[in-house]
Amino acid sequence: MTAALELRNVSKQFGSVIAITDATIEVAAGNVTCVLGDNGAGKSTLIKILSGVHKPTSGEFLMDGQPVDFSSPREAIGKGIATVYQDLATIPLMSVWRNFFLGNEITIGWGPFRMLNVKKMKAQSKQQLLEMGIDLRDTEQPIGTLSGGERQAVAIARAVYFGAKVLILDEPTSALGVRQSGIVLKYVLAAKEKGVAVVFITHNPHHAFLVGDRFYLLNRGKMTNDFLRKNVKLDELTVAMAGGAELEALTHEIQQVKKS
Amino acid sequence: MSSAVKDERVQKTSFITNLLRRPEFGALMGALAIFVLFSSVDTTGNFGLPGGIAGWTDIAAPIGIVAVFVALLMIGGEFDLSTGIMVGTTGLLTGLLVTELGLDIWSSIVIVLIFAAGVGLLNGWLVVTTGLPSFIVTLATFFVLRGLNLAVTKGFTGTVRVGDTDKAANYEQAAALLASKVEIFDASFQISIVWWILFTLLATWILTRTKFGNWIFASGGDANAARNAGVPVIKTKITLFVMSAVAAGFVGIMLVLRLKGMQAGQGVGIEFFYIIAAAVGGTLLTGGKGSAIGAALGAAIMGMAYIGIPYALWDSDLTFTFLGLILFTAVLINSFVGKRAMKGRKK
Repeated sequence: MTAALELRNVSKQFGSVIAITDATIEVAAGNVTCVLGDNGAGKSTLIKILSGVHKPTSGEFLMDGQPVDFSSPREAIGKGIATVYQDLATIPLMSVWRNFFLGNEITIGWGPFRMLNVKKMKAQSKQQLLEMGIDLRDTEQPIGTLSGGERQAVAIARAVYFGAKVLILDEPTSALGVRQSGIVLKYVLAAKEKGVAVVFITHNPHHAFLVGDRFYLLNRGKMTNDFLRKNVKLDELTVAMAGGAELEALTHEIQQVKKS
Repeated sequence: MSSAVKDERVQKTSFITNLLRRPEFGALMGALAIFVLFSSVDTTGNFGLPGGIAGWTDIAAPIGIVAVFVALLMIGGEFDLSTGIMVGTTGLLTGLLVTELGLDIWSSIVIVLIFAAGVGLLNGWLVVTTGLPSFIVTLATFFVLRGLNLAVTKGFTGTVRVGDTDKAANYEQAAALLASKVEIFDASFQISIVWWILFTLLATWILTRTKFGNWIFASGGDANAARNAGVPVIKTKITLFVMSAVAAGFVGIMLVLRLKGMQAGQGVGIEFFYIIAAAVGGTLLTGGKGSAIGAALGAAIMGMAYIGIPYALWDSDLTFTFLGLILFTAVLINSFVGKRAMKGRKK
């Protein structure tokens, strides 16, 4: 089966700074592919390459086996790659239904008299959110009145509804509490069940392990590990992510400090 | 997955809460309060009657026409301080086209509106390309035009006034449409009131019922999130600058037709009237929230103060002081009520 999205030996340099070297990723439809990495590992650069913000310096970018070359995020969106950014997914003061249809508004009428089909958008957003398991009594309420997890969930539901084939989630749980994270992870699985190829970028191995089918580890711009779910345990994932040896050295150092 | 669980902590939003959430609610209450206040202190017994209403709506209409579009711009997250001077510039330009070039009034009006759109385009373009705050860019435009108004007027006429605009061909037609009076109940109402209502309805429709309106809220609410959702933020903002400049141009033309001439100093300072009307009307200064009806009500409040103060035999030198207090009180109440209605909101 060809992967929905694939990077082959991709590198990205910004002037003299090498952000990513030789990264290879395969993202399959109906799977959750996790990219784990600590701060500065190159996660943001990777997201920006996948979502069409940056072009790779070298390497191949394939969608459904075909090479693609995005010059803007809009092009990537047009091809069905939707990105949900951590804080920049929704507009707090706007109502839920306005947020849901932002940029994809349903209109009726003709020419200059074309206007929003408010009734339809309210009903459809309510319906779609209900299908993802979010029950809102009133889609007229500002989205800022929802919790952080619910807002992320609405953004995910929106991307799925508008036909995203690949859904990139940028640290969707990093600012959330335990329960809120649970809500978001539930919708990640809901999106997966709908056949979407989900790319879940995080620095939290616990969250990744709950939903992931495949795990890529990114460290200082390089892909260090590639695990399939059946071959890996949570402990291994955590240790590998923290850089194994580095973590041991750190433990040793802390013990030295405690002794003195 | 569709086993949605109802959250028992979410109360049903009441009719009152929904009402309080509306940005124009505060302005409506304010307008009613100001009306009651001036009706009760009125010494002429005329304030609430057609004659009085014709008086204060005459003041409010030209403020309101520009204020509703300034409100749209502010909801979109930008300011325009050059709208006041644009009223003067466009009035003077109309006068000069008619008297110096001998153009008829209709072609002058078309040229002036295109000129206004051009200035708005320039404002918007400069703001989005330089990334400077629109407060600074349009303040610069304001001063550039202020100087030009004086210099160009003096250069052509040798005085600080352009006159005789009523001698233009077709002047009567244009004046009938834009600067006439209508007699109702023995009081003469300005036709500008009709335009004020029409533009308020138009702006409200644009804001709440069109795709572009959705983009205005989004651009002002969070430009980055809007861009991520595919909203053309730059195009939206530039269009808003054009709209506010054209609205100011429209009022400039109405004024020059009515006064049959224009002073070179006209319009300085009234940009703040528009911003006050928008702010009193519930428009958030940081963008993302507001209403055109609110701004129109804000303009009505200012009109009532202008007429109500002399009717009450108060010292009319204190009109500005009164407006300042209204602005502060209104925005304070708006933000308090808004916070209560948004209760539970995290940010």
